Amino acid sequence: MENPEQLIRKGVHHDGLKEGLVKAFLGSLTWGIVIVALLLFGRICWDGVPVLVKPDFPFIDVAFLTEKTETLHVFDDANAERHSLPASEYYQWVDEHGADAVFNAQTYSYSGGGIAGPIVGTALLTLLSIILALFFGVAAAIYLSEYAKQGRFINLVRLAILNLAGVPSIVFGLFGFAVFVLVAPVFTDVPSDRSLFAIPLGFTWLSFQGWNSSLIAGSATLACMMLPVIITASEESLRAVPQGFREASLALGATRWHTIRKCVLPFAMPGILTSSVLSLARAAGETAPIMFTAAVAAKDDFPWEGVSGPLGVLQSQVQALPYHIYTLAARIPTSEYTQRAQYGSVFVFLLMIFMFSTLSIVLRNRVRSKLKW
Amino acid sequence: MTQEHPATPAAASPTSSAVPAIQVKGVDFSYGDKQVLKDVTLDIPTNEVVAFIGPSGCGKTTLLRCFNRMNDLVPGAAVTKGSIIIEGANIADKAIDPVELRRHVGMVFQKYNPFPRSIYDNVAYGPRTLGERKKSVLDEVVEKSLRRAALWDEVKDRLDDIATGLSGGQQQRLCIARTMAVDPEIILMDEPCSALDPIATAHVEDLILSLREHYTIVIVTHNMQQATRVSDRTAFFYLGEMVEYDTTRKVFENPSHKRTMDYISGRFG
Ligand SMILES: Nc1ncnc2c1ncn2[C@@H]1O[C@H](COP(=O)(O)OP(=O)(O)OP(=O)(O)O)[C@@H](O)[C@H]1O
Ligand SMILES: [Mg+2]
Repeated sequence: MENPEQLIRKGVHHDGLKEGLVKAFLGSLTWGIVIVALLLFGRICWDGVPVLVKPDFPFIDVAFLTEKTETLHVFDDANAERHSLPASEYYQWVDEHGADAVFNAQTYSYSGGGIAGPIVGTALLTLLSIILALFFGVAAAIYLSEYAKQGRFINLVRLAILNLAGVPSIVFGLFGFAVFVLVAPVFTDVPSDRSLFAIPLGFTWLSFQGWNSSLIAGSATLACMMLPVIITASEESLRAVPQGFREASLALGATRWHTIRKCVLPFAMPGILTSSVLSLARAAGETAPIMFTAAVAAKDDFPWEGVSGPLGVLQSQVQALPYHIYTLAARIPTSEYTQRAQYGSVFVFLLMIFMFSTLSIVLRNRVRSKLKW
Repeated sequence: MTQEHPATPAAASPTSSAVPAIQVKGVDFSYGDKQVLKDVTLDIPTNEVVAFIGPSGCGKTTLLRCFNRMNDLVPGAAVTKGSIIIEGANIADKAIDPVELRRHVGMVFQKYNPFPRSIYDNVAYGPRTLGERKKSVLDEVVEKSLRRAALWDEVKDRLDDIATGLSGGQQQRLCIARTMAVDPEIILMDEPCSALDPIATAHVEDLILSLREHYTIVIVTHNMQQATRVSDRTAFFYLGEMVEYDTTRKVFENPSHKRTMDYISGRFG
């Protein structure tokens, strides 16, 4: 080009080096995080995949997912061949071959069979706790951001709720034990001896005797743990909804509640869902809050077996994946035989969380694509 | 206030019915410590169009939002003195339900704000709020309201499209249609044409003129020609005070105050 006074110069801008450095710095940090995450997932998959995946059809160890947990019996037979069988099959084997055929017998608790109990327990705990937490959390967030008179007191309440998020999970466990397990109110015709007090209602009693260690007590405890994050994030989402929607709705003669229901909540929902899933993923993996309130290491029945109706399910104790992992890792001597159940549980748990968050993201995107502003 | 002959021929019908639609009596208004309206007094007669004019920030929107108690939503904002009487009732009265008030006093906002829902749902929002569920009734209301807002022909084939996909001017007309759908007696319009092209503006002005027979309309505008075209009376505000309020012809042809004169002739503001 002939133009000597070319305005747009070629070559690197004089700040180009700085730009490049900043980009490289931020990029290396990000990739560092990605590597750590990959290592973590890689390790879990490395140990977990062989447990769950089989070389032949149907390629998945269905029994591991659908059978109850059993004790693993490891022994040699007369030909010095090593067997490892879950309790039920072991007793069959003994019936067939006689007790004399067993040599060097060893048992490993919780290591045989499948992990259907913990899977079911965690699914129920998760489902119930998210329902409770969303109900209470969104209600509180609506009150705080839409109804309460803004001021110093409400800010103090917010701060208190926020700080609740920092309370260690074991403290929530102890709280849940003290409140839900021991003194929460129930309707009963015959108040128990250890009831704190009972109020006669004529046809029945309202007795403060607690819910015992049960699905409902554990879910309530987990819900308490999720509440701070859900309330805070829901409030953020509610406040992100343009004020114009509220004003337009009110100006059309809608009541406050109608406005919230039709013009605020639907638009805040995607944000609320995203944040709830994050807190749920955290809570689902917690052991401490359910240790005293819901979880048992071993259980022969599914929660719905041997109970009367849905209320019975709520009152039964459950196994749970995180607690199962904890039991296998810390409460029994580890060996090559316990590892199968342990890594398998970790891997399955991760899969469950993954499926759950995928589901919620799909849900969120569907809501979001319908409501754009 | 001088009661001269109304400016536009249509307003020649007897306008000063017994009770004015809105009476503003010595109103002071503050956002927290900041006083925005100072001792404003004016009567807005039934079935007339009144224009509020004045430089930006002089409190036109604020006064308008007092009429349907929209300022209740702003923390710390309050009428600190005086009273506003609408159709005989003091709207600050404890017994007055703002929800009920707003069904009679509709508002079109300065910034257009359709809901991010379908065009149909936007217009049907008000009637549905009032409990109307019948599809046939809603269809009718939607069509009538959209026609009135001069939007029907443009959107009749895509009523189910999302409203935020419309152009700015169409969105504003949709908001007007949405307000019309609840059929209020008094309509507050805050710069309804600021986002509209001349053709749409002309449509809205026609709408205002046609509504005048049955409705009382208060319109805020920065467009002097618009004020002269549509309004019977004009109030000029300056720094929170009402400087002049008279028939539109009087205000524009022979204002009593120098400030008004300067403003309408474009010397400031
Ligand atoms: N929510 C609020 N909080 C505090 N001050 C406000 C608020 N809304 C408006 N004000 C102030 O009140 C004064 C009047 O504002 P208002 O919106 O009524 O002006 P306006 O006459 O409508 O102006 P414009 O023509 O630009 O729309 C301005 O000084 C503005 O800064
Ligand atoms: Mg304004």
